[in-house]
Amino acid sequence: MSAAIEARSLTKRYGPVTALDGVTLSIERDAITGLLGRNGAGKTVLMSLITAHETPTSGTIRVLGEDPRENERVLGQTCFVRDNQRYPDEFRVPHLLNTGARFYPSRDADLAARVVDTFELPTDRDIRKLSRGQLSAVGILVGLASRAPLTFFDEPYLGLDATARMLFYDLLLRDYIAHPRTIVVSTHLIDEIEELLSRVIVLDHGRVREDAEVDELRGRALRLSGRMDAIERVTANHAVLHRNSLGVLGTAVVTATTDLADEAAAAGLTTEPASLHELVAAYGLHTKEVSS
Amino acid sequence: MFDDASPIFQQLADSLSDDVLRGVYAEGDQVPSINELAVFHRINPATANRAVSLLVDQGVLVKRRGVGMFVADGALDLIRTARRTAFTARFVVPLLAEARTLGIHPDTLVDLLRKEATP
Repeated sequence: MSAAIEARSLTKRYGPVTALDGVTLSIERDAITGLLGRNGAGKTVLMSLITAHETPTSGTIRVLGEDPRENERVLGQTCFVRDNQRYPDEFRVPHLLNTGARFYPSRDADLAARVVDTFELPTDRDIRKLSRGQLSAVGILVGLASRAPLTFFDEPYLGLDATARMLFYDLLLRDYIAHPRTIVVSTHLIDEIEELLSRVIVLDHGRVREDAEVDELRGRALRLSGRMDAIERVTANHAVLHRNSLGVLGTAVVTATTDLADEAAAAGLTTEPASLHELVAAYGLHTKEVSS
Repeated sequence: MFDDASPIFQQLADSLSDDVLRGVYAEGDQVPSINELAVFHRINPATANRAVSLLVDQGVLVKRRGVGMFVADGALDLIRTARRTAFTARFVVPLLAEARTLGIHPDTLVDLLRKEATP
């Protein structure tokens, strides 16, 4: 795997709050990577550090092999669309189209026109007067049409209905296939987007919990269901991520091992692979249980 | 198309094998390219590539450089043999387990199967 981004022991503190806590990771070049985790897990902070919108408290970061800070060569190839992206007052979509062409040499006017058309973006109104969904569509316009070698989307779907989100996923995938580039998307809508991703990074309380291929994670945990006493017995020596019970019955999401499925079957439990969504949710819950 | 939890590349490979088994693609036919598969199923092209590589390794598909991907000669037999081997675990074991839960004796089960098999 050739890395576009490499972070080592990356830490970001805001006063007493540690937003990122010694994160070491690399992000594959020309792949679509998903950044998952609960609110406050550090997703936006990580993207802000990579794109040099913020400065790390400690640790190093290399983007395309260089420090991104005040680095025109790197930042000229980077596009970061924030979830609350602000635009100059009085700016309208056509202004954005003109400005984008000046910043990104790789920018594609046809694609920009297609995005405006797909999301039916009004071109004769100030951007600040657009709805939340339309603002998200503007962000998608900026991020996709820039064709920047490194593109970051921070929850790009806010306010978009299901149809508009599917349109976004289709545009993203088709354009990525035609013009492979490094794309990082932070999202809570795991079920919707996971099939588009090749890799996933799961952050939890500022730390990396998982950094793996999607298909590797979709089998990482099993959901056992059946009698609670049998579940307790079988999972005694396993990493239980989440547990739920209803009287004598219950379910447990457990990190899969070679023997787990057989042991569970022998105990009369039903086993199914846990979905990625379930796994990520279980990580969040697990930490909460431990810390409270 | 895809269920929640098992690996996507595995599910895509299974579905392509199913297509060969059902005669959608005959031996020697060209199958869609990796990019076409990715766009159609709305999946990452790397995942589609993994599914296709698996089928190439299994001898179900052959790549012809610069031309595309084709169903290999003998693919049908290969898939059928593999599916028959997996048949007991996939279908017979769960069937017996459900029958046991319901108190259906194996002899009764055989009668049921016979009855269903004759139109």
